Amino acid sequence: MKNENKIDFSTNLSCPIPKNDYEHVLLAHGGGGTLSHQLINKLFFSQFDNEFLNEQHDSAIFNVDKSRLAFTTDSYVVQPIFFPGGNIGELAVNGTVNDLTVSGAKPVYISVGFIIEEGLLIEDLWKIVLSMKDAARKSGVKIVTGDTKVVDKGKGDKIFINTSGIGVIKHGINISPKRCVPGDKIILSGRIADHGIAVMSAREGLEFETAIVSDTASLNELFECIEIFGDKIHAMRDPTRGGLASSLNEIAEIANVGMLIEEDKIPISDEVKGACEILGLDPLYIANEGKMVAIVDNEIAEDVLNEWRKTDLGKEAEIIGEVSPESPGTVVMKTTIGSKRIVDMISGEQLPRIC
Amino acid sequence: MKYLDEFRDGKAARKLSLEIKSVTSKPWQIMEICGGQTHSILKYSIEELLPEEITLIHGPGCPVCVTPLELIDKAIAIAQKDDVIFASFGDMLRVPGSMHDLLSVKAKGGNVKMVYSPLDAVKLAENNPDNKVVFFGVGFETTAPANAMSVIEAKRRGLKNYSILCSHVLVPPAIDALLSFRNNNIQGFLAAGHVCTVMGYEEYFPIAEKYKVPIVVTGFEPIDILQGVLLTVKQLEEGKSEVQNQYSRVVTEEGNTAAQKLLEEVFERRDRKWRGIGSIPLSGFKLKNEDSDFDAEKIFKVENIETEESPLCIAGEVLQGIKKPIECPAFGKECTPEHPLGAPMVSTEGACAAYFHYGKIKKELIRN
Repeated sequence: MKNENKIDFSTNLSCPIPKNDYEHVLLAHGGGGTLSHQLINKLFFSQFDNEFLNEQHDSAIFNVDKSRLAFTTDSYVVQPIFFPGGNIGELAVNGTVNDLTVSGAKPVYISVGFIIEEGLLIEDLWKIVLSMKDAARKSGVKIVTGDTKVVDKGKGDKIFINTSGIGVIKHGINISPKRCVPGDKIILSGRIADHGIAVMSAREGLEFETAIVSDTASLNELFECIEIFGDKIHAMRDPTRGGLASSLNEIAEIANVGMLIEEDKIPISDEVKGACEILGLDPLYIANEGKMVAIVDNEIAEDVLNEWRKTDLGKEAEIIGEVSPESPGTVVMKTTIGSKRIVDMISGEQLPRIC
Repeated sequence: MKYLDEFRDGKAARKLSLEIKSVTSKPWQIMEICGGQTHSILKYSIEELLPEEITLIHGPGCPVCVTPLELIDKAIAIAQKDDVIFASFGDMLRVPGSMHDLLSVKAKGGNVKMVYSPLDAVKLAENNPDNKVVFFGVGFETTAPANAMSVIEAKRRGLKNYSILCSHVLVPPAIDALLSFRNNNIQGFLAAGHVCTVMGYEEYFPIAEKYKVPIVVTGFEPIDILQGVLLTVKQLEEGKSEVQNQYSRVVTEEGNTAAQKLLEEVFERRDRKWRGIGSIPLSGFKLKNEDSDFDAEKIFKVENIETEESPLCIAGEVLQGIKKPIECPAFGKECTPEHPLGAPMVSTEGACAAYFHYGKIKKELIRN
């Protein structure tokens, strides 16, 4: 007799699947917002649970003999693969380099995994490889191991790239969102939302003419020039997917502190502002690929700002706000008209408005 | 940035705020009709700059919010069909139907595409002759001309595989309906600037006259809204009920006559069901009979789908300005932007989502 109610444990499904609002994975589960966090917390953190992962840092940090190392991984599925200001290859190198950098590490070695869709032009792959070589050289990392897989036409989107990386953390550096305390200053290295808008402008169905190019860059120079301040640098992030708002919300939540930022102080180019107005998007939630946010002891805030402003990547840096004891876990923004409002975590993808 | 920064200027905002305070002598309830204005009000915490006597009521002007549930179900039924490419503006994709939303249809393999213009959907039809392309034509008078244009373009290009699922709604009949409800407490209106850009504001004179309410055509930036409130309060304090135009840098009395001609060519007025409010006479557009070849409801035979609303959701009262989102027992609990029970929680223009994203800051913190 058929027993339809009996659960089959033979597939080693020893834990019940956590309750989810959706039966299927939606694109929004990868958007970097609340849905992404729910998926990661419920399905991954709950099962992979360990002291390194639970830090929820951009990299895992651990000791091997007498060295402190940072280890991270990231996958790149950007579409289109070539966009104004860059391509998927340099993004994949810079992204992993940056995840190590904002953990306080000097990136040393990275691995590359290619998943290529049948039919990709060899010439395009060559361009990608060359830009990866160039990005690695600029960041001072070596690509030391890799893997290549090819999938049937229609089973991928031209090319996906995974990179993992290892970096070395110097003595005296201690970067962790948990170290943020009230009074710390929040410093942003330059104008936001260029990458997201540049990619969008090249996407099918949304061709608009713009001079905006991606800001993709490796951020090591921004960290190297402030390393001397040691443990007075409390936290760093590169606000990629989910934008500045999501990065600040993550830190506020992990450190259980409030954040007060000023809209007037956040650098945004007129072109990006205009594009966001037309598309009904909020630049605070749009991806960057070459920006850093540092949260530092008030004592060194001006010095960090000055050091950054001497660099190419940080010449438009600004102190955009401070860590506050009020409303822990919340980011509050003083608007241009002088009122205050919450800057929330985005829930899924930003959906352009109708009108 | 020109035409933006000066309308988000702190000094100008403070000056207007003081002026509003000085002319206000008693409590007034003003409704901003448009979801775009609600969005600005919450995004810039504009209520902080208003005296306590003034209450802003968030009106039904969010196209995503007032689209009836059964239309979402019709959209989902069409989008699930194998040969269909279903094209829609972004924020309609997450609106919950009675079972699921269009994003879930996409996740299960449905061909659902986000477009920025109905003309892009026409292009899709041209490039995919073996598929039927359906555009979800929702919105107010603002989006209707582009949708009308898409039908005209499809006709001109001889496309037989393009249609629209049409649910356009019109603002003036809705204002009339709201004011005719016995328990309404609206004393003045900020009319929607962009709707008036297309339609002009001649239609508002008889409404202001009939119900003795001031109506001020208002823009969307914080300074626009503060000016709109100031003009409305001045009229209320002086016992006037006139139609005024704050948004004169964009809006003229007769509106965009070329766009109006397109609308007349393609659409005719009909009664429309508004989510949470009910049917309002002659408050929407439908395709004219001679264009029924472009009417997705007819082509896919989904005219008979009918649906019940969630009993927990008070979207109707929120959209009529009777209750604020925070007065809903499901707000932020059963109903969140990730899991919306009603449409106002979906779009950033929806009153509930706007409260959820921008409004949960503690009052004390704002006042400091």
